[in-house]
Amino acid sequence: MPFNVLVLSCLTYVAFLFLVAFVAERRSSRGMQGFLRSPLIYTLSLSIYCTAWTFYGAVGYAARSGLEFVTIYLGPTLVFVGWWWVLRKLVRIGRQQRVTSIADLISARFGKSNLLGVIVTIIAVVAATPYIALQLQSVTLSFGVFASGTADGWHMPDQASTGAWVAAGLALFTIVFGTRNLDANEQHHGIVMAIAVEAVVKLAALLAVGLFVVWGLADGPGDIMARIDASPIADWNLQPGRWTGLIFLSAAAVICLPRMFQVMVVENADEAHLARASWAFPAYLFGMSLFIVPIAVMGLERLPAGSNPDMFLLTLPLSEGQGALAMLAFLGGFSSATSMVIVEAIALATMLSNHVVMPILLRLRPTSAQRGDLRWLVLLARRVCIGAVLALGYAYYRMSGGSEALAAIGLIAFAGVAQILPAMLGGIYWRGATKTGAAAGLLVGSGVWAYALFLPSFGPGAVISAEVFAQGPLGIGWLRPRALFGVAGMDPLTHAVFWSLVLNTAAFLVGSLLTFPDPVERMQGAAFVNAFDDETRTGPLGWTRGQAEPEALLIMAQRILGDDAALSFFERESEAQGKQGYLPDPTPDFVASLERKLAGSVGAATAHAMISQLFGRATVTVEDLLAVANETAQIIEYSARLESQQDELSRSARQLRDVNEKLTQLSVQKDSFLSQISHELRTPMTSIRAFSEIMTEGDLPPAQVAAYGQIIHQEAIRLTRLLDDLLDLTVLENGSVQLNLDMANLGQMIDRALAASCHIRPERSFDVQRNTSTEEVFLKTDADRLVQVFINLLSNARKYCDARDPVLRIVTHQKGGRVTVDFIDNGSGIPKESQAVIFEKFARLSNESRSGGAGLGLAICREVMANLGGTITYLPGQRGAAFRVTLPLRLEKRDLIGAA
Amino acid sequence: MTRHGTPLFLAKSGYRRRRLNDAARLVPVFGVFLIFLPILWGPGHTPAPDTASDGLYLFGVWAGLIAAAALLAPGLRRNARADTDSASDAAPTVADPS
Repeated sequence: MPFNVLVLSCLTYVAFLFLVAFVAERRSSRGMQGFLRSPLIYTLSLSIYCTAWTFYGAVGYAARSGLEFVTIYLGPTLVFVGWWWVLRKLVRIGRQQRVTSIADLISARFGKSNLLGVIVTIIAVVAATPYIALQLQSVTLSFGVFASGTADGWHMPDQASTGAWVAAGLALFTIVFGTRNLDANEQHHGIVMAIAVEAVVKLAALLAVGLFVVWGLADGPGDIMARIDASPIADWNLQPGRWTGLIFLSAAAVICLPRMFQVMVVENADEAHLARASWAFPAYLFGMSLFIVPIAVMGLERLPAGSNPDMFLLTLPLSEGQGALAMLAFLGGFSSATSMVIVEAIALATMLSNHVVMPILLRLRPTSAQRGDLRWLVLLARRVCIGAVLALGYAYYRMSGGSEALAAIGLIAFAGVAQILPAMLGGIYWRGATKTGAAAGLLVGSGVWAYALFLPSFGPGAVISAEVFAQGPLGIGWLRPRALFGVAGMDPLTHAVFWSLVLNTAAFLVGSLLTFPDPVERMQGAAFVNAFDDETRTGPLGWTRGQAEPEALLIMAQRILGDDAALSFFERESEAQGKQGYLPDPTPDFVASLERKLAGSVGAATAHAMISQLFGRATVTVEDLLAVANETAQIIEYSARLESQQDELSRSARQLRDVNEKLTQLSVQKDSFLSQISHELRTPMTSIRAFSEIMTEGDLPPAQVAAYGQIIHQEAIRLTRLLDDLLDLTVLENGSVQLNLDMANLGQMIDRALAASCHIRPERSFDVQRNTSTEEVFLKTDADRLVQVFINLLSNARKYCDARDPVLRIVTHQKGGRVTVDFIDNGSGIPKESQAVIFEKFARLSNESRSGGAGLGLAICREVMANLGGTITYLPGQRGAAFRVTLPLRLEKRDLIGAA
Repeated sequence: MTRHGTPLFLAKSGYRRRRLNDAARLVPVFGVFLIFLPILWGPGHTPAPDTASDGLYLFGVWAGLIAAAALLAPGLRRNARADTDSASDAAPTVADPS
């Protein structure tokens, strides 16, 4: 294939990507983001995990180490199908805290510490540089394949200049679409869209070559299986250490790689997209690796010995005369390389500018936070950083000479970024993790990684001398880079991963346990660890004491967010405060949300630093934290107190209502009693007057006189009885009654009462049920008075029990020095509304005075019982009228005093 | 501060939601077990070459994990949305349409 055709198709492809990115940016700036923010695009954008290393290198890896290559995909698969564990929380925190990069996440978690941001940034840059070099190398190599494969005399320009052209082109693309804007949580719709397109191209290319190999070169799957078992690949041996280590490493890398973090967390438009990606992304990886082994096997079989297995994907179709297929594969590889480099460069540039360049600028010229267009400065810093990152990658590529196997470099980068894992996981799950611990872990881990893996990768004698490799530094044998602490049996990668992560985690844990976090750290720790717990989300803190002019804040915000964005943000905020205009009050709430907004552009640490420059105060104190905790506790306590007070109030209100009702009834009863008593007094008086008048007239036969005298006598008795009752009641109420205390048998007293009451309605036969054995109790009490009460109750039962076959039960209990006697009949009982008043004076349930009483009986009973140190109550729920008399077994004088 | 007002027992729908979350957490645990299983039978030590069947096994496990995740995803998405909705109801944060 002519070289210029190759270059032309490359340029056409790049132009197409430019167009895609441009259209996507246009649509998103017009607010038409429907498709751009779909789960499909999100999943496809995650495919930047599959770089040129994966694309070309996996085949080479399979040719060298058999099935071990799948470990690189199985780790991410496990992380994604287990998204409910870690990814969900990461994405939630990323959105809550407006995280701009993985360095920003670590820095924000540990008290917005810029030191940690810098450490993570350096680790990321150091680890990513060889990785970027690797991408440049693979693109250059793939160009080389086409050059050497043709006999028409064109020669490839030398590799160095190809690499330079590729790097420059990528830098241009990245700068154009990656630094268009600063705002909106660092989302780059154009680039994400372009990556999604490239993801499709990658997958299509690999599947096309795979299908060609399986059905074009071999006779379908069965044949391929046989060929696999016959090929040298079948000799691979699963090394448990490497198998475990690589799966763990790739799982860690998919979370910690700056570019993965960028697309997964920062560019995430909706948390729910993660649910779709949880299976769709593993499915994508599945598709990418399905045909790797068949391609490797056919390559080993058909291509001449000594050809580079990393390039089988291109050389195999070329050697079979499938130029178009090779072209597609080339574009696939090109896509893998470019998308990775672009996103990695953006992620690293964001980290560099937010954590290195901006803090230095602010430190050098503190006044620049108040003057000049910072927005422009930040963008410039970012552009320069993109250029620098690519230049670094290119320099590494030139230095290393592009000789190493692709897979090795990729794994070294994985191990480097995996050093961030302990601090990250510790930070989001453990509130006790501190800044010092994280810094110690990161430094120790990356130090061990550099010493045991990264520097040795340049080869003996390059950075570390061959002597140190053999004998250790200064002859200390247990510090040999590939046999730390005398562990010599492990393969170098597993060895380095093992020791770096073990020491990293140990330093992190010990450092965290030994140090005390500062207040901002504790606040952030609580916010991160409890990201799903809304109740415990701490309110805005930290900007409660300082003073800042809203105008100064607005000016600062304008210089970072841009005029329009800042103004509309301020307008919204002041509207939320219920104010007109663009200047909200600088409440802690508002300042905190402004800080979050700025953090979305320049990172948490820088945003915090800039606001504290205006406020003149950068930290929260432990007292502030405690104050918030106290406040919350006070509020909880206060509301509990209010609640109990309210309960009490409603209880008393209910009681008052009851009492009022009773009073009203009593007043009505009193009125009716007065008329009743007048009537009762008047009726006998009238007859007495009438008959005595008749008798004074004389001329009456003696029999008549006797009859009239009899009537007058009876009426007088009735009057007397009524007055006796009233007097009795008065005496009892005053407590001035004389009691004759003596021992008396309860059963005999009931007998007396029954005998005395049987003259009432003698025509009715009552079935009296008693248990005479329980009645064999001797009481010390006033027997006459108690019998009076019993008689009253029994008479009432006889009078009012409306059952056809009346039954009266008398039940006696003895418990704890008190005796209860229940009188229960089987009538219709006393209605609930009347139960409260029956013991009141003058109460009578029916107005008809068939009983002839004046409604004083039960009132007298109550007073008698009170005088006897006991009570009489109505017993509800017995299917009839039931009264319970309770009295002490032995009535003593002091009981009487208490009762009176 | 402790979790106030979280009920100790849930209605059936809430119970099912919790168990769905448990299932989501268990999928990778099973995955780890199945993926590390080949270590036990040690490919390379077997008399006849079995790379092809090992590959089939691994890809089979892989496909199974994908299927399990795909089955759980719709329910989990609803759960996650429910969480988010209740969160935004509970604590109205600054809306930011940009």
